[in-house]
Amino acid sequence: MSAPLATLLAGGAPDRAALEAFLNAHAVPLVAREGVTFLYHGEAEAVLLRMFISGLPAAQPLERVAGTELWILTLPLPEGSRFEYKFEVKQGAASEWILDPLNPLKASDPFGANSVCQGYGYAPPEWTLPDDGARTGRFERLAIDSRHVGRRPVQLYLPARLRRTRRYPLLVLHDGGDYLRYAQLKTVLDNLIHRLEIPPLVVALTESPDRLREYVGLDAHADFLVEELLPAVAARVPLDADPAMRCAMGASLGGVASLHAAWRHPGTFGRLLLQSGSFAFTDIGENRRGPVFEPVVRFMNAFRARPGRPAERIYLSCGIYESLIYENRSLVPLLQAARIQVRYEEARDGHNWQNWRDRLRAGLTFLFPGPLWMVYE
Amino acid sequence: MGLMTDRALLGPQYRTPNLRECLEAMALGGPLVAITAGWQDREGEIEELRAHVACPVTDLGLYVRAEHVYAEDAALAAAARERQERLQELQDHYRLRLHALMAAVEELAPAAEESHGRRAARRAALGDVRRLDRQHLAATAREHAAFARRWQHAPRPSLAPHRAALAAAIDGAAAVLIAGGHVAVLLNRLRLFGLGALLERKPLIAWSAGAMALCERVVLFHDRPPQGAAHAEVLEPGLGLVTGVVALPHAAARLALNEPARVQVFARRFAPARCLALEHGSLVRWHRGRVATARDLKRLSRSGRVVEVAE
Repeated sequence: MSAPLATLLAGGAPDRAALEAFLNAHAVPLVAREGVTFLYHGEAEAVLLRMFISGLPAAQPLERVAGTELWILTLPLPEGSRFEYKFEVKQGAASEWILDPLNPLKASDPFGANSVCQGYGYAPPEWTLPDDGARTGRFERLAIDSRHVGRRPVQLYLPARLRRTRRYPLLVLHDGGDYLRYAQLKTVLDNLIHRLEIPPLVVALTESPDRLREYVGLDAHADFLVEELLPAVAARVPLDADPAMRCAMGASLGGVASLHAAWRHPGTFGRLLLQSGSFAFTDIGENRRGPVFEPVVRFMNAFRARPGRPAERIYLSCGIYESLIYENRSLVPLLQAARIQVRYEEARDGHNWQNWRDRLRAGLTFLFPGPLWMVYE
Repeated sequence: MGLMTDRALLGPQYRTPNLRECLEAMALGGPLVAITAGWQDREGEIEELRAHVACPVTDLGLYVRAEHVYAEDAALAAAARERQERLQELQDHYRLRLHALMAAVEELAPAAEESHGRRAARRAALGDVRRLDRQHLAATAREHAAFARRWQHAPRPSLAPHRAALAAAIDGAAAVLIAGGHVAVLLNRLRLFGLGALLERKPLIAWSAGAMALCERVVLFHDRPPQGAAHAEVLEPGLGLVTGVVALPHAAARLALNEPARVQVFARRFAPARCLALEHGSLVRWHRGRVATARDLKRLSRSGRVVEVAE
């Protein structure tokens, strides 16, 4: 239990005024080097912490402080950790999952929002925050009538000071809209380019109306990227044709789609940026992740049997609180054995967009190092 | 500073320029000529600069001129490429050795209670780094000197008209402005057209990479790079038109100035030169070899502090 809370409770059950004064004076959850204390204040029959950390119980009960409506739970948490959670509040037959009312930190994703626990020593990287001094890129839209996947809108991020006389690296991004909405991608790109940590580059932000079908190793999707998207972007903006200047990127199933496209079309993408890839495979026996993963497992098993050399350089990251950590760790020696230059990074985080946001700098600067040692503007 | 002509170094000019203030301090009007070769393919885009200084400015077009020279003179272009490869190799080897030596310096960082032996070892380790820096500077200087002897002593038809035009333009200008950008590209172009001698007798105002190029040696630096080691590197000699100074544009963003141990190593490594932090608004001007103006200017001190520079 945190020291301030222990002090509050040392004299027995605090009255309502003392409790409210305490809650007003402290950021909640209470974060200390040794762990985190969650607090819920309200009428309930039971309160559960619902968190998304692989390896820990999905639900952990908070304990009521006798004589009060205060519920508490202390968890040990390694330094630098960050994870997302909700409270399940039970009242009679009713049960409701809610955001932590005392915690203003939230993270959004396509399924809604979660409360965020920032453990001791974690702070959002400063390069993810808007910088008034940074030159800003802009967006253009194009639509591709694909014979592989139908009509497909694509957003292009164009860096500040784009010039037709220069040739640019290209990043092909899966779930591009989600990266913009939930991972501050535009801000990150503007900042890293402005700071010369990556070169000015073009990003093709793709979307799929059916990612559970297209991002699981679908040949038609890979062919769309290589045979239709790349020429369409090249017709719009000047691109460097060197595969080393071309990267496919995605998170979760987007990582699978990126790896699959590069594997099916070797020599096309010299760079891959794969975040928490859903690289499910089986050495023996059945896939236990459900039917959605059947095609993923088929692809990954085939890939693991014959990896070839889908790219020259790969950045791979995964949160250690994800169930996918085993699959991602397993991929590293396989890629290295294929003479691929691999940078692998683990984070004390889960399968979520802020984890992927926080790894963007390491990934992009590894794959596309900028001219910061030589350029002083 | 043993040079008699006015020289000024400024901080970055993006967003909050103080070039005009500097021109006023130097009592300079137009016309001016500008060198923006460090901007590479953006060379010559000086509309904002013109509006700021409110006097005629002509860009000397060194980047484009060099492109034309190399296109016209294949032998010179090939020799320049080979020199670049040799310089790159020198830099790679220097960097390898530097990282090993800097690891020793960092390992021997000041401790709360340390022996005389540890202090002596730290001094010796830094001495090794200084020696390596000198060797590298000398090696790169030899490369440039050999290239100049072979290719630039006798007038080459590909270069001569450009040099004549540049000499005339500089001669007719009240001062020369040298902007930042890619410092190696800028130096390459300045050397190709032999501008060192032409600039010697002119009032000069330089910022960012331009300021670095005017010093006796160019030091590349970043304490928090996203990849790789954070050890400042000597690149090669600059033009030496500003002496006794290491120019550090954007120092606050690039260097851990709040870490006295790092500041101390940096300052001692390049002493007796003064390591000047050139931030937005910084201005240092020399008149008859003495500092005449110093505004918003700090230097890295050998004690590890970052201190104001007084006029």
